[in-house]
Amino acid sequence: MRLLRFPGEAPAWTALLPRSQPAWLLPRRAWPTERLARKPSRVACLQPAGFFGVLAMLMLVGGTALAQGPTYGIGTTPTEENIRAWDISISPTGEELPPGRGTPEEGALVYRQKGCAGCHGREGKDGRAPRLVKREAEPSTDPWDLGRILPIRAPYATLVWDYINRGMPLNREGTLTADEVYALTAYLLFINDVIPDDAVMDAKSLPKIEMPNRDAWAPLPDWKPGMPRLQGYPY
Amino acid sequence: MGSTRPDRRRFLKGGAALASGLTVGAVEPALGQLPEPSTFIKGSDEMVAYGERSRFVTSVRIAHPPDNRPSPDEFGLVFHVASPLQDSVGMITPSSLHFVGTTRGSFVPEIDPREHRLMIHGLVDRPLTFTMEDLRRLPSVTRPHFIECAGNRSSPRHTTVQETHGMTSCAEWTGVLLSTLLKETGVKDAGKWIVAEGVEEVKGASSIPMEKAMDDCLVAYGMNGEAVRPQNGFPLRLLVPGFEGIFNSKYLRRVKVVDRYYMTYNDYGHLNREPERAALGYQIGPKSVITFPSAGQQLPGRGFYEISGLAWSGGGAVGKVEVSTDGGRRWMDAEIQGTAHRMAHTRFRYQWNWDGQQTELLSRCTDELGQVQPTRAQVAEFFNAPGVPGQDNSIQPWRIASDGSVHNAIT
Ligand code: HEC
Repeated sequence: MRLLRFPGEAPAWTALLPRSQPAWLLPRRAWPTERLARKPSRVACLQPAGFFGVLAMLMLVGGTALAQGPTYGIGTTPTEENIRAWDISISPTGEELPPGRGTPEEGALVYRQKGCAGCHGREGKDGRAPRLVKREAEPSTDPWDLGRILPIRAPYATLVWDYINRGMPLNREGTLTADEVYALTAYLLFINDVIPDDAVMDAKSLPKIEMPNRDAWAPLPDWKPGMPRLQGYPY
Repeated sequence: MGSTRPDRRRFLKGGAALASGLTVGAVEPALGQLPEPSTFIKGSDEMVAYGERSRFVTSVRIAHPPDNRPSPDEFGLVFHVASPLQDSVGMITPSSLHFVGTTRGSFVPEIDPREHRLMIHGLVDRPLTFTMEDLRRLPSVTRPHFIECAGNRSSPRHTTVQETHGMTSCAEWTGVLLSTLLKETGVKDAGKWIVAEGVEEVKGASSIPMEKAMDDCLVAYGMNGEAVRPQNGFPLRLLVPGFEGIFNSKYLRRVKVVDRYYMTYNDYGHLNREPERAALGYQIGPKSVITFPSAGQQLPGRGFYEISGLAWSGGGAVGKVEVSTDGGRRWMDAEIQGTAHRMAHTRFRYQWNWDGQQTELLSRCTDELGQVQPTRAQVAEFFNAPGVPGQDNSIQPWRIASDGSVHNAIT
């Protein structure tokens, strides 16, 4: 599909936007500094603001309901395998978790075999790398006061799995099998008193773990363009 | 510098008043260096191929925070590195002096741009993979943007503006708007967030609201007129203008469109108990600092000085900068250099005659949204807590002692 474009103006595909597009897909007001930099022109409707404005009006009056298609036809389609190989983002509900399983006991072994202990110390303390086990504390202690230790502060256990999988062991990332990552996660959760020693971690059980900080964090504000950072903040 | 050539010694003597950085103007006219053949730099292949700064300009970055973690550390990981703002002029930070921040200590991946790919997938109509060549074919934009680290906070222990404010920089970035790419893939209705991931070992991924992704995020391959530097994300970096530094994923290789906040390791690092602190650590607030004169510098005597500094805001363009030369009693409008760009450092200037008395210099930024930079006392009062909770955008006072020495005046 080839569409005509005004040089330097909004691509003509914007005319094809269906009416039901969410607000953020609508053409945005011109970038103010670019508007400032441009000499005043008498062809006002060719200025981005005016051009977009007219478009927006046209769409309100009776926009075409064409599906949005690619404009430039550049880029290639990855295969399902490509995507699976690259997609290492594990959501809080764990959809992306691969098959596999592990227990704290197996994890304790992997922790030594894979060199974790060499950097983080035996049982996650007294190593050169950050501590991985909370300090002794009353059971009533606010989890926020147990230190910045991933397997205790993370709101979701899936994050511990995700981090070990993508980032550890340092310098040899990507060398752990899924079973090993499940086992290491189980071990670290166990030494932090999050799970019992007989718990089995897999794609089903891991997302179900109630981390102490699960709901104890403040969600971010619903961000909109041109929004002050905190409503009601006087500065 | 071990040279004993008399011409150089004479120059260095004259220039010694200002310890490092730009020595322009520090040399008294009578001692001005006359060009003699022996003082010319001989041409070399390197000079022809890729220029170098003068060896008399010695301004460098430093590990940050200065009293904390060594960089590189015992694993060879480099943590934060701060830019020498005290020597900066204009609004652009040279790429070599751009600050560097990492989620945790990190190695810089060596990426062959011919092998590099950017994949966009998840809740999209058509997942797509782009090569660097593909991206170069797409419509591009060039915009100046600052990036500031959330850890850029002033402390009474800091003795220079590099230590108090050096974790911000501003470069001119060139690339393809992320919205261009997302329109190419199409976004499903449920796609409310993106996760942007890089190549390095923790693959610094952050959750970013779709509104922001479609607003002004930039997939940048260019920085200050050349390719993005390795420490800044070569070959591809995501710019998330006005958001904290950590959102600006380096070595960008994957954008996943998702339906919710994904709680990545970066997101985890941002978590806060209190909603106010969480909100204030998201979009950078209005901020400014006087870079000359600033702590550690020495005024040679009373008389005229052009006060100069940088202002910026994650909320948009800088609207106004005010300067006080009497500790905050009176505030005067500073001159803004050229056009104030959105989410970019903006240079301000103010003409000042120093009477030789002890005083304090302050600057205050108001952005296009009307957000005003607060004092430390105001922030502490709002939170009913000591210090500056959330991202620190408080007013920085510099004390000028009667002997002309300049000091950090926060307590
Ligand atoms: C070569 C040393 C080294 C090895 C081996 C190593 N780590 Fe690490 N690990 C580190 C360092 C250093 C960090 C902190 C990175 C930073 O923040 O700079 C870290 C961070 C972590 C964290 C996050 C800590 C937090 O609270 O944010 C976890 C979890 C972790 N490592 C688990 C492991 C596991 C499991 C293994 C074994 C598979 C392992 N590490 C092997 C050096 C190492």
